[in-house]
Amino acid sequence: MAGFDKRVFSYEQAMEGIEDGMTIIAGGFGLCGIPENLIAEIKRRRVKDLTVVSNNCGVDGFGLGLLLEDRQIRKIFASYVGENALFEQQMLNDEIEVILTPQGTLAEKMRAGGAGIPAFYTATGYGTPIGEGKEVREFNGRPHILEEAMTGDFAIVKGWKADRYGNVVYRHTAQNFNPMAATAGRITVVEVEEIVEPGELEPSQIHTPGIYVDRIIQGSFEKRIEKRTVRS
Amino acid sequence: MALTREQMAQRVARELEDGFYVNLGIGIPTLVANYIPDGIDVMLQSENGLLGMGRFPTEDELDPDMINAGKQTVTARPGAAIFSSAESFAMIRGGHVDLTVLGAFEVDQNGNIASWMVPGKLIKGMGGAMDLVAGAENIICTMTHASKHGESKLLESCNLPLTGAGCINRVLTDLAYLEIKDGSFILKERAPGVSVEEIVEKTAGKLIVPAHVPEMTFEEVV
Repeated sequence: MAGFDKRVFSYEQAMEGIEDGMTIIAGGFGLCGIPENLIAEIKRRRVKDLTVVSNNCGVDGFGLGLLLEDRQIRKIFASYVGENALFEQQMLNDEIEVILTPQGTLAEKMRAGGAGIPAFYTATGYGTPIGEGKEVREFNGRPHILEEAMTGDFAIVKGWKADRYGNVVYRHTAQNFNPMAATAGRITVVEVEEIVEPGELEPSQIHTPGIYVDRIIQGSFEKRIEKRTVRS
Repeated sequence: MALTREQMAQRVARELEDGFYVNLGIGIPTLVANYIPDGIDVMLQSENGLLGMGRFPTEDELDPDMINAGKQTVTARPGAAIFSSAESFAMIRGGHVDLTVLGAFEVDQNGNIASWMVPGKLIKGMGGAMDLVAGAENIICTMTHASKHGESKLLESCNLPLTGAGCINRVLTDLAYLEIKDGSFILKERAPGVSVEEIVEKTAGKLIVPAHVPEMTFEEVV
């Protein structure tokens, strides 16, 4: 039993082992479904020269944007980085290396990384700057480019509910990149809103089976909204 | 008169068919959702992992865990499904989305599209656009026909870095509706009161003008 109990009870324990220069795969889309407390813990630890793989880089003062304040990120793979003044400044000053990656390719790089597929061909990006220097091969009369999978030293993930076995379910569109990120970490840390008793989660409804998960922590979340749009 | 943004959305909406799964980009494409014809049911796909996007929420329905690809808070309609980003792009790349509508800076006569970066200006990223244009067989590009300075955006060959190569087959501009086939733009319809001559003048790429080019009609929107 104890061998399967993935729970940790402090954020310090949750990010134990993170070091300068490591690669971190992060779930989240914009500010939705981001592991906000794990990011805050990375900030607190002041580790630097990190490579981050994430669809976006948060906003000024929240999410991954926090790690920009002390220049902890050296390189980022992302599909869209436009919401962040500090980021723009560091990009223009060449203080951060940005590898812009098409969103679907980014998701597939994580998925493939976690699934033991070292690379894959995709038509996405062929004939564009993204395809430059990459191997091209034709399938069914159409050119495709070879994209390599990605894994991380750590994956940081935000779930909704989990059990101590590390089985995770996500809530609504807070799922996004989290399930792929969860598979792609050498150490995968998942923070959730609630840890429930084993058996409470319906086995057929699990999004991330516990085999991918190393540490589970229950936290509380601000869940900041990036673009609040309502109808009257 | 050039079409308004609302009229462009109305015109695109006429291409919707009952049972279509549709991905709408940011800007004018988003407005298409307001003009879905009566009696037609479409499912809107949002690439962050939602099929069956509903209306914006009321204050009571507002939920930070429920957003669209533009990061706006939304709702899910009855019959919606929510899934991961990998699943979402499997739908897109796998050609399962029936119609994609997106904006562009430039399109050329060979169906190339440039929509994500202007060298020398701040580059924010391509988001899902490269996957969308690579995956869809049925894409409508919405854009202005020419820049504010009158320079054509329908070109022989795109000047800006591409988003995708040879993937666009239909373009709706504020002046005209065109198809792209065998290395040419084909003028299909013109905006009300816009002459064929003006469209010819503002199209830098090869343009085929049929003998008759019908004028688009719009009902008054109340």
